[in-house]
Amino acid sequence: MADGNTPGRVFDPTAAPGVTIKSDRELRSMREAGRVVARTLELLAGALAPGLPTRELDRLARKEIKALGARPSFLGYLGYPAAICVSVNEEVVHGIPGDRVIKEGDLVSIDAGAIVDGFHGDAAVTLAVGAVTGDRKALVEATRTALERGIEAARPGNRIGDISAAVEGHIRPLAYGLVREFVGHGIGRKLHEPPSVPNFGPPGEGPLLRPGMTIAIEPMVNLGTWKTKTLDDGWTVVTLDGSVSAHFEHSIAITETGPEVLTAL
Amino acid sequence: MPKKEAIEVEGTVTEALPNAVFRVQLPTGHAVLAHASGKIRMNFIRVLPGDRVLVELSPYDLTRGRITYRFK
Repeated sequence: MADGNTPGRVFDPTAAPGVTIKSDRELRSMREAGRVVARTLELLAGALAPGLPTRELDRLARKEIKALGARPSFLGYLGYPAAICVSVNEEVVHGIPGDRVIKEGDLVSIDAGAIVDGFHGDAAVTLAVGAVTGDRKALVEATRTALERGIEAARPGNRIGDISAAVEGHIRPLAYGLVREFVGHGIGRKLHEPPSVPNFGPPGEGPLLRPGMTIAIEPMVNLGTWKTKTLDDGWTVVTLDGSVSAHFEHSIAITETGPEVLTAL
Repeated sequence: MPKKEAIEVEGTVTEALPNAVFRVQLPTGHAVLAHASGKIRMNFIRVLPGDRVLVELSPYDLTRGRITYRFK
């Protein structure tokens, strides 16, 4: 595992502490892990329907990830009890699948991760169940576009701050609440690696992006306040004002020619 | 799965205390007690007074932290 500042290498002041650069071989494993995540999310999107308890999505995800020869990244991570996170409406992220039943008009965010050959893939989508109100639909579209803007900014020579600014630049004029307490992250042999990838902040700052870096970009956007709180289960993050929330995430690799989305089919 | 954002700040080591604990001066003017992270210890990275380090602060107690990186 190459580190930007491994002992014995020439010191590189632009490398951020702990940021790993993946070799071509490691990137192949990460593509494989990303593909498992993408296929799992696609399956879950097809299964999503009113009347379904969220634990059923977790059961399907475990089965699919296993069938694809991978292991779920989240199960047991810091004690997390499920293979995926399912966050409904006012739940922002880290919703534990359980008895909550999905209803028509809900916004359901599904976050999934998988390990292949020791490397993680991590992605999330927010899906509308049946017909949803116009403001919810607009929120989902804005969050998806914010992720796309962030990915477009993830090219060599840019900095993490350019990704953050691109995401914030799309959301801020729309007057949504942009979650600040949770951030995107480096990804590789560990689910969460340096650097942090905030969804806000000035451009031109933070660690320099270079080919071989792999990061997860994940805007979390609320219809109301940006503020959140964590429920007593220690995981489920909800909006402080109970407004609905959307979340999109892709794991990407920085390549010589620009960003490569690892968690796409 | 997003990461809970930890508070990381740069500081300068002013004093080495017993048990791999260091006093670190922060640019905000505060001083915190920080212990060396496992990685720093495992790799036998020496942290000496005067070194610039990255300190991860606990959101629960902003006077204590963990040294996660030593700048060269």
